[in-house]
Amino acid sequence: MNSYDITTTDVLVVGAGLAGERAAVAAAEAGHNVIILSLIPPRRSHSSAAQGGMQASLGNAAMGKGDNPDVHMYDTVKGSDWGCEQDVARMFVETAPIAVREMAHWGVPWSRVRNEKRMYEGTEIVEDPEKVGLINARNFGGTAKWRTCYTSDGAGHTLLYAMDSIVIKLGITVHDRMEAIELIHDGERCYGVVARSLRDGELHVYIAKTTVIATGGFGRLYAASTNAIINDGGGVAMALNSGVVPLGNMEAIQFHPTGMVPSWILITEGARGEGGHLLDKDGYRFMPDYEPKYKELASRDVVSRRIMQHIRAGHGVESPYGPHVWLDIRHLGEHRINTYLREISTIARTFAGIDPVKELIPVRPTQHYTMGGIRTNKDGKVYGLDNLFSLGESACWDLHGFNRLGGNSLAETVVAGRIVGKKIAEYTNDATLEVKSNLIQEHVNKVSARMDAIRARGKNGENWVDIRKEMQMTLELDVGIFRTGEHLQHAVSKLSDLYERAQNVGLMGGGGQGADPELVNAMRLPGMLKLALTIARGALERKESRGSHFREDYPKRDDENWLKRTLAYWPEGAKLPELKYESITITEIPPGDRGYGESSGKK
Amino acid sequence: MSPRELTFHIFRYDPETPEVKPHTQTFKIPEEPAMTLFVALNKIRDEQDPTLKFDFVCRASICGSCGMLINGKASLACKTLTKDLPSDITLFPLPAFKLLGDLSVDTGTWFRDMSVRTESWIHTDKVFDETAQEEKMDDDLSLEIYEAERCIECGCCVGVCATANIRPNFIGATGINRVSRFMLDPRDKRDEQEYFEVVGNDDGIFGCVGLMACDDSCPIGVPLRGQLAYVRRKMAVAGWHRK
Repeated sequence: MNSYDITTTDVLVVGAGLAGERAAVAAAEAGHNVIILSLIPPRRSHSSAAQGGMQASLGNAAMGKGDNPDVHMYDTVKGSDWGCEQDVARMFVETAPIAVREMAHWGVPWSRVRNEKRMYEGTEIVEDPEKVGLINARNFGGTAKWRTCYTSDGAGHTLLYAMDSIVIKLGITVHDRMEAIELIHDGERCYGVVARSLRDGELHVYIAKTTVIATGGFGRLYAASTNAIINDGGGVAMALNSGVVPLGNMEAIQFHPTGMVPSWILITEGARGEGGHLLDKDGYRFMPDYEPKYKELASRDVVSRRIMQHIRAGHGVESPYGPHVWLDIRHLGEHRINTYLREISTIARTFAGIDPVKELIPVRPTQHYTMGGIRTNKDGKVYGLDNLFSLGESACWDLHGFNRLGGNSLAETVVAGRIVGKKIAEYTNDATLEVKSNLIQEHVNKVSARMDAIRARGKNGENWVDIRKEMQMTLELDVGIFRTGEHLQHAVSKLSDLYERAQNVGLMGGGGQGADPELVNAMRLPGMLKLALTIARGALERKESRGSHFREDYPKRDDENWLKRTLAYWPEGAKLPELKYESITITEIPPGDRGYGESSGKK
Repeated sequence: MSPRELTFHIFRYDPETPEVKPHTQTFKIPEEPAMTLFVALNKIRDEQDPTLKFDFVCRASICGSCGMLINGKASLACKTLTKDLPSDITLFPLPAFKLLGDLSVDTGTWFRDMSVRTESWIHTDKVFDETAQEEKMDDDLSLEIYEAERCIECGCCVGVCATANIRPNFIGATGINRVSRFMLDPRDKRDEQEYFEVVGNDDGIFGCVGLMACDDSCPIGVPLRGQLAYVRRKMAVAGWHRK
C-alpha cells in the first residue's frame, strides 16, 4: 500500500503551454474549478520557443490584401496534402482572426503595420495608410498571402506570457514540477491521473470530471530535433498506455528546413519569410530551380526534401556534423535583422559564433513537429475514453494532415484552446465527479510497481541513456525525410528489441529515492519506445508518399488506397502497435495538385 | 592540439537528505568544440552521475530555466560556451530562490508570486468584442513594450541583487521591469496611484539601492537600468502627488 494525496477538481489540464492554458481559461471563465499540472513553470513551456508567428487572415499588410478564411483554408488543405479534417480546418481558419485579436486584447504586443516603404525581393511594398497600426503579417511557406502575425521573432514568448497572465489573473491553480504518469480509467471513462512530484518524488492522485491532455509533441524521440528537451511525448504515451485510445498519423513527422548546425536550434521560417535565401556550397541559390513559384517558401516538407535532394547531388557544405546548406539573410540589412529577427541573430551569435548580418548560417532539415498525436473528434474529445480531451500538438484533431504550415501550430494552440475549451466547459457541466477507490488504488499500484521494479534492478538493469540514444539514432537514420521499406522494417525490428530491453531498465547511480532524475527518465523510457514504434510501423505500412511522409519506393500520393488516417492502438501486453484506418473528412476541397513539390515542379 | 580537460566543481545538496551536508563534487570531462554548459552537464549526468539535478528546457536561451552561478557570475548555462571559461568551472545554484536540489532552484513559485503581487496582467474594463477590429497601436510602441516583455524570468537579476538576498519580498529588477511593461502599455488603464500601490514601496522600486548588478547580469540584455530609472521617476512623481 502506498500513501498518496487525492485532489479533486472539475477540470484537470495536463500541460501548461498555450493550448492547455487557453483551454483552462475557457473552463475557468465558465465557472469550473481548474487545476493545471506541468513538468515545469508554465512560462518555460515549449510554446515560448515559437519564433515566427501565427497565421490569421486579417489582411492588414499590403501583401496580405484580399486575404480571407477561404484562402487560408485552401493553403492549409494543400499544405496537409489533403490529409487534414476539412471541417476542423474550416473552424480553425474562421476562428484564427478572432483568436489573434483576443490575444491583442490580453496584451500581446503584436508587430504593427508601419507607415514606411520597403523593398522585398526586388519589389517595393507600400502599405495602405488606413491599415497603419493594425496587426502586421509576414510571409511564410505555402501561403498565397502574407498571413503570419508576429511579435518580432518572439511570437510564442509574448503569446505565452499574455496567456499565463490571464491564468494568473483568474487565479487558476498550477502545480508545476508535477508529472502525470498514468490515466485512471476503467476502459470506458477517464477519472483523472496518477502523477508524481518532481520536487520530492511523491505520488499524487488527481480526480476530475474532465481530464485534458495538452502536453505537446514528441520531437525528442529523434536524435536531432529543434524541440525543447521536455518534448518526449509523456502525455501522448500516457493515453496510448490506456490500451483503448488510438494515436492518429504518428508517421507524419515534420522536418523543419532550417535547424542550425550542430545544436539543432530552430532558425525561424520568418528568416526566409523576411526574404532570406538558401545557398549551396558554391554560394548558389538553388531553390528557384526546384520550386520556381514558391522558391524558399514552398511547404516545409517540400523545402526540406529539396535541400536533401540538393545535398545528395553533391552540393552540400561538408562539416564534421555532416553536410549542410547555408541560410543567407545578409541582404535584409542590419536594422531589419536586429529588430525583427533579433532572437535568431542572438542564437546564431551565441551558439554558432556567427553574425548573420555579415555571415552565412549553417542549416539542415531537422525534426521539428509531430502532426500526429492523440486522436480526437472535432470537439477535442479523445477516441476510446469518455471524459478525456486533448488539444494542441499532443492531439490529432486533425488540422495538419501530413504537413503543417509554418504559423499554423501557434495559431492552433489558441484557436483549439478557444474551441475545445468551450466544449470542455459544456461537457463538464453535465459530468459527474466519480471516485472509485479500488480503481485509483489499482492504478497507483501499477505506477508503484514499475518504480519498485526499476529500483530493485538497480545496476543489474539496462541503462536508460544507452537505450534512448539507440532509439533516437534509429528514428533519425531509418525514419527520416526519405524512407524506404527496408529501412523502416529495420527500424521496427530494432525498436522492438529496444522496447523489450526497456522493460528491464534499472538505475546506474543512486537508489531512485525522492526526485532522482534517473528514475524520472527511466520511467519515461518504455512509453517513448511505444511512440517510436507507432511512428515506424505507421510509416512502414503506409505505402505511398503524402506530405512529410515520403517513401522512395512509393514516391506518389495514392488517393485511391491511402486517403485515410492511421490509427495506432497498443493493447495491454502487446509487443507492437495495432494499426487501423479511418476515412478523412473532405467537405470542400477534393484532392488535387498542391502547386509545389515533386508532383508539381521539377522531379 | 589535444582538447582541454575541464574540471567542474558542482554544488551538491538534496534538501530531502539533510544529513548529507552541502558540498562540492568534482567531475572531469574532455572539452568538445562549441560545447555549452548544457552539453557538458548532460554529459556528466549521462556518463558519471545520473543523480545530478539541474534544469534545462529549451537549451536555446529562450525559456529561462537554467540560470545559475557560473564561476560566481549569474547567467544561463545553456548559452555559456566552455571555451569562454577557464578549465576550472565552479557551478552553484542561483541564490535568493528556494533550493530544490544541486543546481535546481524553484524560480516558478517566486515568479508566480511576483506576477500576482504586481498584478501582471492588462487591467481594463473593456470586454473583448469578437466582431470588432483590433485597436491600433504604433509599431514603435509595440517594439518598446516587447523590449520589456523580453524578460524570460530566469532570475539571474534576482540572484545577484543585494536587496533581494536580504529582503525576501523584494520584487527585484525583473518585477520592476514587469511593471514598466504595463505602464508603457496604453491597453492597461491603471493610473499612477494604482501603480504606486503596487511598486511605490521598499519591496518595490524604493527597495532598489542602485548597485545595478542586475543590469550587468541580464543574459538577454533587457535594459534594466533604464527600466528601473523609468519606474523610479514615475513613482517619485506619484509619491509627490499622493494625498
